[in-house]
Amino acid sequence: MLEIKNLHVAIEDGSKKILNGLTLTVHRGEVAAIMGPNGSGKSTLSYVIAGKPGYEILDGEILLEGENILEMEPDQRSAAGVFLAFQYPLEIPGVATMTFLKAAMNAHLRAAGSDEIKTPDFMKRVRKAADDLGISQDMLKRGLNVGFSGGEKKRMEILQMALLEPRICILDETDSGLDIDALKVVSEGVNKLRSADRSFLVITHYQRLLNYIVPDTVHVMSKGRVVKSGGKELALELEANGYADYVSDAA
Amino acid sequence: MTIITPIRTQAEAAYISQFPAFEAGLTTRDPAGLKLRRAAFERFVALGLPHRRIEPYHYTDVRALLREVAGPAVHAKHTVALPEMAVLPSALSALEAFKIVLVNGVLDRARSDLGRLPEGVKVHEEAEPAVDGGLADDPMIALNTAFMTGRVVITIEAGIKLDTPLHLQSMIGGAAVAVYPRVTLEVGKGAAVTLVESHFGPDGVAYQNNSLVEIVAGDDAKIDLVRVNAHGKAAADFSTLAVTLGASNVFNAHSFVTGGALSRHQVFLRLEGEHSVVTLSGAMLLNARQHADTTLVVDHAVPNCQSREHFAHVLDGEATGVFQGKIIVRPLAQKTDGKMMSRAVVLTDGATMNNKPELEIFADDVQCGHGATVGALDEDLLFYLQARGLPKTEAEALMLQAFAGEAVAMIAHDGVREALDGAIDAWLKERA
Ligand SMILES: Nc1ncnc2c1ncn2[C@@H]1O[C@H](COP(=O)(O)OP(=O)(O)O)[C@@H](O)[C@H]1O
Ligand SMILES: [Mg+2]
Repeated sequence: MLEIKNLHVAIEDGSKKILNGLTLTVHRGEVAAIMGPNGSGKSTLSYVIAGKPGYEILDGEILLEGENILEMEPDQRSAAGVFLAFQYPLEIPGVATMTFLKAAMNAHLRAAGSDEIKTPDFMKRVRKAADDLGISQDMLKRGLNVGFSGGEKKRMEILQMALLEPRICILDETDSGLDIDALKVVSEGVNKLRSADRSFLVITHYQRLLNYIVPDTVHVMSKGRVVKSGGKELALELEANGYADYVSDAA
Repeated sequence: MTIITPIRTQAEAAYISQFPAFEAGLTTRDPAGLKLRRAAFERFVALGLPHRRIEPYHYTDVRALLREVAGPAVHAKHTVALPEMAVLPSALSALEAFKIVLVNGVLDRARSDLGRLPEGVKVHEEAEPAVDGGLADDPMIALNTAFMTGRVVITIEAGIKLDTPLHLQSMIGGAAVAVYPRVTLEVGKGAAVTLVESHFGPDGVAYQNNSLVEIVAGDDAKIDLVRVNAHGKAAADFSTLAVTLGASNVFNAHSFVTGGALSRHQVFLRLEGEHSVVTLSGAMLLNARQHADTTLVVDHAVPNCQSREHFAHVLDGEATGVFQGKIIVRPLAQKTDGKMMSRAVVLTDGATMNNKPELEIFADDVQCGHGATVGALDEDLLFYLQARGLPKTEAEALMLQAFAGEAVAMIAHDGVREALDGAIDAWLKERA
């Protein structure tokens, strides 16, 4: 379970404060959606949970299964079960996708004190997960995300999520740039990973994604904090009325 | 009247004092060769060691960096026992190749595969330098000409195409010595060859290598040359590659540097026949206080040739990288297509990269360009990899492997390329 308590975060050089006392709890097995206008701090929240450098934590804590993760390196957080599917997955030319996937899986296994995965087992697992997501063998042979379309990059993120079996999956605008078919494939991939032990934080600007990944709870973010929480019907209400009510409330 | 006595550094004085005894000890009495040696020596006496006010050595002040020089190793010929020497880097030991072994700069027939060389390939020794290569104004080359201890001549006859590389292993061992290997590669018309040169010696011994490789290519020849500097950490390495190409040559030369405290690799390449395609590449992985200089002069004397240069430096610790690349396009050399790229990743505040790309273009219908980048690894990419569970050094290693691998990827021979990818991997593992 993920608990974020009174989180205040600024850009490291102090030029801008982005999160302003954000509090949020996601229970084990829960799918929580975060919605909010552009610039409300959604991506920043996801980066701070994953441990991206460049932010100053002014106050508050983030607990994963009761343990404060703010002092951990990003790789330690990953090993502890945090997974961030990036809004804009990066291209890394020259790093072969398969090499990268194997390095990531082995890093997780090592952190758990287990043996590294054998190459045939690795190939089998990747092939299966790739097939489920409609990722071609050709894509796997290229440099990581190099020359992939927006939709392909998002599928590659879900592939990594499937292989690393995280405890808390954060999906940052996974729907952006996807056409309806790609959206269905990606949502199906996510839904398959839903389980009683795995929580999700689904960040989105539009309600559309939540038709496919149906959340248990919906939280509205504005100006760096959660201003309203509710059930999945809250998403529909937002779709109908827009964010205006909540944004002015928070001002 | 004042008499100006040049002030000699300890190293200069050592070279100058060593020569008379060395010359007297030479067993061959070929007058032309001896004359070349003497002239080269006198040139060195006049020039001294190169220093930063000499433009081509601006970033590599040999006079300041080279403190002591050992005596020439010639009289220690063949007395070096293998265990005293650094072994060939493991990444290269599995490479299937015909071995030509030099021990302390002298051809070692017993350790070489001379008896089983393929048809059309000949290796023999000449006692003396044939030419000064027109390069006698470089003091380091002058030293090679003066002190060389036999010239290994490798001849590939016309039309002979070799799949299996030749592997020149220049091993240096014993106490601190100065060695002066000299190799001439003659490639006949339409022949194809891959020559790997590995230079290695023990860590912690302050030896000096000064090598010169001359290549003369017939028309339509295809040559892949890969030089590996795997010298010991206290070594100095001065090396020159002098190439004259004919028409329709495909020439690739790669320089891979992980060794040596101080190294300078210079390439003088002259295109004298049309429709040749040249690729020069290099990967330099440096740490601690290593200083490695790569200096290229690519001289397009004729029209319709292409040259590509791609050099990648990874600089850790307090290392210094130097890249100087000059492309000359003579008035006749229309339709020249030349592109030069130098990229460096600087991993620490203490490391330094000096880039000096130059184009000297005297023809008007040409396509030439150059670029140079120096920077840290991309923080966002590192975060992305770390967010997938890779510890920082492993994330860096993956990115550095890709970065240096881009230069190594320009090596045509699969086995050699894979061996050097392995050498990058080994360097990165040692770093972690
Ligand atoms: N590194 C940064 N430097 C300066 N401003 C930033 C930085 N990252 C985010 N911001 C600003 O913080 C606010 C929140 O950004 P972000 O978290 O990306 O919002 P969202 O994902 O909700 O659109 C925006 O106003 C954005 O411009
Ligand atoms: Mg965002």
